Amino acid sequence: MNRSNIIELGYLVAAVFFIVGLKGLGKPRTARRGNLLGASGMLLAVLVALLDQAIVSYWVLLAGLAVGATIGSVLAVRVQMTSMPELVALFNGFGGAASVLVATASFIEVTDLGVIDDQVSIAASTTALIGAVTLTGSIIAFFKLKESMKWSGFGGIRTVNALLAISGIVLSVLVVTDPTNTTWLWALVAVGALLGVLLVVPIGGADMPVVIALLNSLSGLAASATGFVLDNTLLIIAGSLVGASGLVLTQIMCVAMNRSALAVIFSTAPSASMGSIDPDDVYAGKVTSTSAEEVAMILDTAGRVVIVPGYGLAVAQAQHAVREMTKVLEANGTEVVFAIHPVAGRMPGHMNVLLAEAEIDYEQLIEMDEVNPTFAQTDVAIVLGANDVVNPLAKTDPDSPIAGMPILDVDKAQTVVVIKRSLSPGFAGIPNPLFAADNAIMLFGDGKKAITDITKALGE
Amino acid sequence: MTLILAFTLFVLAVFLGVELISKVPPTLHTPLMSGSNAISGITLIGALVSAGSEHSTLTTLLAFGAVTLATINVVGGFLVTNRMLSMFTARRPVKKTGPDT
Repeated sequence: MNRSNIIELGYLVAAVFFIVGLKGLGKPRTARRGNLLGASGMLLAVLVALLDQAIVSYWVLLAGLAVGATIGSVLAVRVQMTSMPELVALFNGFGGAASVLVATASFIEVTDLGVIDDQVSIAASTTALIGAVTLTGSIIAFFKLKESMKWSGFGGIRTVNALLAISGIVLSVLVVTDPTNTTWLWALVAVGALLGVLLVVPIGGADMPVVIALLNSLSGLAASATGFVLDNTLLIIAGSLVGASGLVLTQIMCVAMNRSALAVIFSTAPSASMGSIDPDDVYAGKVTSTSAEEVAMILDTAGRVVIVPGYGLAVAQAQHAVREMTKVLEANGTEVVFAIHPVAGRMPGHMNVLLAEAEIDYEQLIEMDEVNPTFAQTDVAIVLGANDVVNPLAKTDPDSPIAGMPILDVDKAQTVVVIKRSLSPGFAGIPNPLFAADNAIMLFGDGKKAITDITKALGE
Repeated sequence: MTLILAFTLFVLAVFLGVELISKVPPTLHTPLMSGSNAISGITLIGALVSAGSEHSTLTTLLAFGAVTLATINVVGGFLVTNRMLSMFTARRPVKKTGPDT
């Protein structure tokens, strides 16, 4: 058996590790093992790749490995769980960038050697475009998630994007027909980079879970396209596995928001229709304000409490305070569960991670479809930092920007306690009639302080 | 490898990926995403070969960048996924027991 056969077989074993690992990641009990299997597959793939006869010197690659491993570990160990979406966005971008660089380097290599063929040039241009969009799109997503970027584009941005997409296609054709001129490939990378920026810039905060899932998919597809450049089976397999899983998650997020992926990307955003309802008409004279002591009294006699966390909970860093309150309530004989809307956090499953960090048992976290029929038997629903995902307008107002979005039916609970700083709207920018409902009471203030006060009052 | 064979692999792997992921509970979506993200750093192996072949200064520089970025993606991705998952499994690990209990 020659060396290249050994390498191919090693890659096959690594691919099997990835597949079994991804399967393991799908179940809570096997998830950690699945991740370890994935990591082992990667280690094996790297060791096997080092056997490649094309490698004449190890200095450069060892330096890259050392620098990358150091930066990667530091980022992974230091990141706050609330910032997980930013980190994943950043990693997505790095993956996309790496694919672009590999494809470009090897394209230049084969053109220098004069052994270029159509497969390489088509694959290289595909990688350049997808990878560059992934890189800059992820960087914009990173800044949007950090909320350090307010720019949401300019008029006619869609026309510019269409023009960029067309020039991307034209440049791809040029790369294939005139492969010896590497300028075309560089121009394609530049166009992709600009397109990535302008595609993500107009997308609003509420749509971020979809964007992250989509970028995740693109980073996989970029790796897969690189596999076509290098004629490497493992890159093709692993890349397309990730590309597919990203698409599945994108689809799940879109269903959860009742929007199509295309509507998100082309930012056919909720716009003028929000003027149809005046917040004053909704709220005037109908909002009941309450105190922590009063909430504690209601909770004291409750048999079942459902907590509905939103991203506001994470912003207020109230996870641990919530756990303390949960412990007190449970000691009191009250059943406490958490109702998790699919887009409760900033990326798919984000809220679950935040609550898990606060040591809340994952079996207490109930999905929307499962929890909705139980609200009628719920004494108290506590809405904490969530807004649009509990807005009944999604069902009642067909003109609403969130019309048709599945929501948590908290209004069916006997009492709804809404903990919020003010009556300000959520991402969708519309008033929420829930706050004015007869069975709803508002506890205004900082989420963490409110929960701590309730817990204190419960203990008295 | 012929183009058609490579394309066959691609299509089959896409279908396999969809099958693997469709039934994952929402609790695991974030770790799944960061874990699969780490796997997409597989581009690293292409970067390694490219960085070691010392074809020209330009390609070596490009490949060095690729190795670094892909390694950040891979190492950071698997580590942070492990960190998240360790929070999920630390408590009451076997609450739902199998049929043999």
